[in-house]
Amino acid sequence: MNLLAKRVLGIAAAVAVAGTLIGLYVASWATSFPKTVAAASSSTTTGVSTRLTLQTVAAVGPKYSPGNPDWVSYLVQSNGKWVHTTDFKVPANSTISITVLQYDGDSGLRNPFLSQVQGTVGKTMTVDGKTIAAIDPEEASHTFAVPELGILVPLPGVEEEAKNQCEFAPCTMSEAHRTITFTIRTGKKGRYHWQCFVPCAAGFLTGGGGPMQTLGYMDGFLDVV
Amino acid sequence: MAETNHARRFTILWVVASLIATPLVIVLLGPILPPGKGSEQAAGHVTDNTVLLGMATPVLLLVVLYLLYAVIVFRQPKGGVLEGPAVRGNQRIQTVWIVVTSLLVLALAAYGTVRLEEDGSGSGGGPSPVAVPGGKKLQVQVIAQQWEFTYRFPEYGGVEVPHLELPVNQMVELHVTSLDVIHSFWAYQLGVKADANPNIDNIVFVKPTREQTFELRCSELCGIWHGAMFDHGHVVSRAAFDAWIAEQQATYAAATKALPPYSKTYLPEPTRRAE
Amino acid sequence: MSTTTIDSHSQPAPARRPLLRRLIGFNLLSAVVLGVGGYYLGWFIGHQVSTGKSFEFISATDENDVALLLAYLFGVAGFLIGLGFANYPVSRLLGKPASLREKEDEGIGRYFGLCTDHKVVGMQYMVGIGLFFFIAGLNAMLIRTELLHSTPTTIAPNQYLSLVGMHGAMMMGVMTSAVLGPFANYFVPIMIGARRMAFPRVEALTFWLLMAAGFILVSTIFFGGFPTGWTGYEPLNDQAVMGMDSYICFFALVGLSMTLLGLNMIATIITMRAPGLTWSRLPIFVWSVLATSVLMVLAAPMLIATLAMAALDRTINTTFFVPAGGGSSYLFENLFWFFGHPEVYILALPGFGIVLELLPVFTRKPLWGYRLAVSGMLGVTLLSFFVWQHHLFVSGINADLRPFYMLSTEIISIPTGFIFLCVMGTLWKARSSFSVPMLFCLAWAFNFLIGGLSGVFLSDTPSDTDTHGSFFVMAHFHYTIMGGLIFTFFAAIYYWVPKMTGLRFNELLAKWHFWLMFVAFNSTFMPLFVLGMKGMPRRVSSYAPNLHGLNVWVSISAFVLGVSMLIFLVNAVYSMLVARLPAAANPWRSKSLEWQVPTPVPVNNFEQIPVIDSDPYDYGTPLPARGPTGGAEPAAAGV
Repeated sequence: MNLLAKRVLGIAAAVAVAGTLIGLYVASWATSFPKTVAAASSSTTTGVSTRLTLQTVAAVGPKYSPGNPDWVSYLVQSNGKWVHTTDFKVPANSTISITVLQYDGDSGLRNPFLSQVQGTVGKTMTVDGKTIAAIDPEEASHTFAVPELGILVPLPGVEEEAKNQCEFAPCTMSEAHRTITFTIRTGKKGRYHWQCFVPCAAGFLTGGGGPMQTLGYMDGFLDVV
Repeated sequence: MAETNHARRFTILWVVASLIATPLVIVLLGPILPPGKGSEQAAGHVTDNTVLLGMATPVLLLVVLYLLYAVIVFRQPKGGVLEGPAVRGNQRIQTVWIVVTSLLVLALAAYGTVRLEEDGSGSGGGPSPVAVPGGKKLQVQVIAQQWEFTYRFPEYGGVEVPHLELPVNQMVELHVTSLDVIHSFWAYQLGVKADANPNIDNIVFVKPTREQTFELRCSELCGIWHGAMFDHGHVVSRAAFDAWIAEQQATYAAATKALPPYSKTYLPEPTRRAE
Repeated sequence: MSTTTIDSHSQPAPARRPLLRRLIGFNLLSAVVLGVGGYYLGWFIGHQVSTGKSFEFISATDENDVALLLAYLFGVAGFLIGLGFANYPVSRLLGKPASLREKEDEGIGRYFGLCTDHKVVGMQYMVGIGLFFFIAGLNAMLIRTELLHSTPTTIAPNQYLSLVGMHGAMMMGVMTSAVLGPFANYFVPIMIGARRMAFPRVEALTFWLLMAAGFILVSTIFFGGFPTGWTGYEPLNDQAVMGMDSYICFFALVGLSMTLLGLNMIATIITMRAPGLTWSRLPIFVWSVLATSVLMVLAAPMLIATLAMAALDRTINTTFFVPAGGGSSYLFENLFWFFGHPEVYILALPGFGIVLELLPVFTRKPLWGYRLAVSGMLGVTLLSFFVWQHHLFVSGINADLRPFYMLSTEIISIPTGFIFLCVMGTLWKARSSFSVPMLFCLAWAFNFLIGGLSGVFLSDTPSDTDTHGSFFVMAHFHYTIMGGLIFTFFAAIYYWVPKMTGLRFNELLAKWHFWLMFVAFNSTFMPLFVLGMKGMPRRVSSYAPNLHGLNVWVSISAFVLGVSMLIFLVNAVYSMLVARLPAAANPWRSKSLEWQVPTPVPVNNFEQIPVIDSDPYDYGTPLPARGPTGGAEPAAAGV
């Protein structure tokens, strides 16, 4: 093996090391799911109750997302703190009650059909205490939908003139919001995707890009375990 | 010593193999070819695929058997440096080949055209399709959006439903359109595929011929949940369908009131950036 | 027999200048520095653009497509200036004498910069294309890893779509030059008896454009990836985040590279043939390069224009492809496939050329049906512009058009069939020896047959209804492109690298590479026909549970296919860098002109330009002297 070959082999080894490092980076990029948060289970007199508390915000803010502070997003409550993720774990064959604190203004549904509640217990939801089965499509701000389970809940938005609107996540109860609660029943195990159907991605074509197509913002997974 | 007549040998080999294989393929594979016989259109595809398979088998055998024959028989002996015969062409063989392949190809094109223009063959034919089957057709609009299909029945008060049910033995006129990006409506067992383009009404005809559950998938990349954009539809008896649609009209009365009037295409807001 | 090393070109080496002195100048280091500088300059300029209604989206979306596109363009400009591509035009503008040759005597350094020696460019292409081929191949391994599960488990959905898009775009963009880049650049001048290409500097430019483009594509992962797959359909294209701009820039640069490469080839082949080299004596490989180049020159500019329109839609809010603004999603599909279909023939034709060029050498017979083969290639070239709407059969195009495109697509199989007849004719009564290049050529015949026959199914609109957009299409094009082009790419490597380097490959590893690749390739892609017919769409990471077993089989076969590529890589590194065993001067006993020049090929190729008096297929024992039987033509046809 002459000097040239030794040198070139040395370069090849360096390239291989660099390549492996790059490969590891790419693999970590490719496999980056948002981290999973389990719904809070607590024992009550009537059995186990599982709650999932979410909030939707107009702009997630630089604290949670330095790269995309202006993107709309969901957050989930975990142990009293707001976590920026959209991967939720819920038990199978159970009743889950979900509360969404809606801090965003309305954008309007692209398909007004989706203004009627589907797939929840009683096919209704409670908005600020009132039980309703459908909303005005113009008032929709987001939806929580799990198409594979037939669940679709349109979430009405905060009025435009409301005082004390939330700017960046995490938003607090003192800021203008709507409280929406609904109950779903889970069946067998599986990993289902959920998404928002309101084109709420400001600035993107048909409002459907950016956060609407990014895990951790307006899309996620429901792990039924 | 007479030289082996390779031409005759190979021709016999090929003809015999084709005569055995082609009927076998047609008879054994034909009936089980996808997508099955769930609709007239799907059954038509099975027939077309069987014809194509019947054409392809002798061609495949010709080339593959020839390659094997040449590789086994026409070899350089080990370590040899012999040369082959310096033949640069054969006008007759070339002419026969050109003529036969041209005829085969033209015949296939003619056959495909005839089959296509019967009723569109389950493929999206655009807003004014050429081949329109006669008789009464159930109008169903397939609305594709990111990332779900919904269905609208203009003949039933414009009700929109999230899952598709169709009556058996009824010609259906599907109007496929999209609200945002390009999707594609693929009803596998019914042999139907039509792209959903925004602002375009893509018409496709299908007549399911038996009660079944069929698989619906999006077959044009439309974003993150393209792979998850699937559902199951059902073909049910006429009576069951009538009962179902009435029940859907009742269930989704509130949503139907909120819908825009039925139209061939929709261009809902938001449309441009900076909204 | 000569023992050669790569830098034996140079004169006795002059005293080497100090390292720093050597590093300053127009070379790769300066190119990278200026490229990065240009990138940040463009980025900065793009960020000053944030006022005006057209750009309101920038603050709303945190996406500055203008900045990224400008950054890429300035970066590429800086990169090319750093390499020295501006030196000649600037010298001429300033009235200074300019050199026509760059770096042709400088030792191994000339492989890392702008060199006008077409042989150096050929070697550069080989390594550069190999690099991107492996990157795209690794993407494929990741894709198949995800498809081991029927739901998104390992790889997040958006990243999966980006991987699919990167794999497709890199293969379709980079592999268009897979044969023309390394082998046509290296051998066409020698095969036609010329000392150089018509435009040597442009030739070097095409290579460096391709390298810049490849890195731009890979950089998409820093900007969110792109969700459209390699076809970049609108309006999803418009809706996508910044990573989409990487794709747009990549493909536009690839289009530019292809156009220039094609132009150069056409000019060279038409104007620089040696005396006596009439069209009927031109090697069939050169004919295939000519046909491919015509396609490149006519189709690639369409791509650049289409992508420019897409970029305008994304930046200044034009609405070419947005229905709400009066545009049409169909427009993109048509424009793209008007390029896209000739593109796939750009990928297929060089394969035809290589197989027909190599078969006479290993069968010891002249090429059978030379004129038929040429007509086949030219027929494919012409017809490839008339078939593109078969990609839109179910899109809802005017239904009156479909029978026409069904006919044209069916007809294009006729000239393709000519190539098969010529292959079969050349094998008839041959004395075949099964070297590794020959094995790859025979594998081509099988693979392209399967690919071509599945194409007949796809061209039949009723049948296409079930298979469009499914894995059946994937199997079809992998059989024609990978089974066709890549197998012949390896045939060309094993055949010609001994000439390019004077070194030989390890025979055992080469045979292992071939057999493992052939078996694993068929095992990977044959089941995809079944998957497609069973209803699995393309570009998904969720599929029906009953298809799970078959997908696992395919993924495992794909991993084995990857291993076969590793075997090749090991062989290449070992043979070329470690063992360095010299190859015989003409190991295949070829009568073609490129094997008659010494190894290493001198800088100016020939001491004296040869005068050609026959085609290079003077193999075989002439037939006994009697009247022609069955129409066999005399051995010296064409003289």
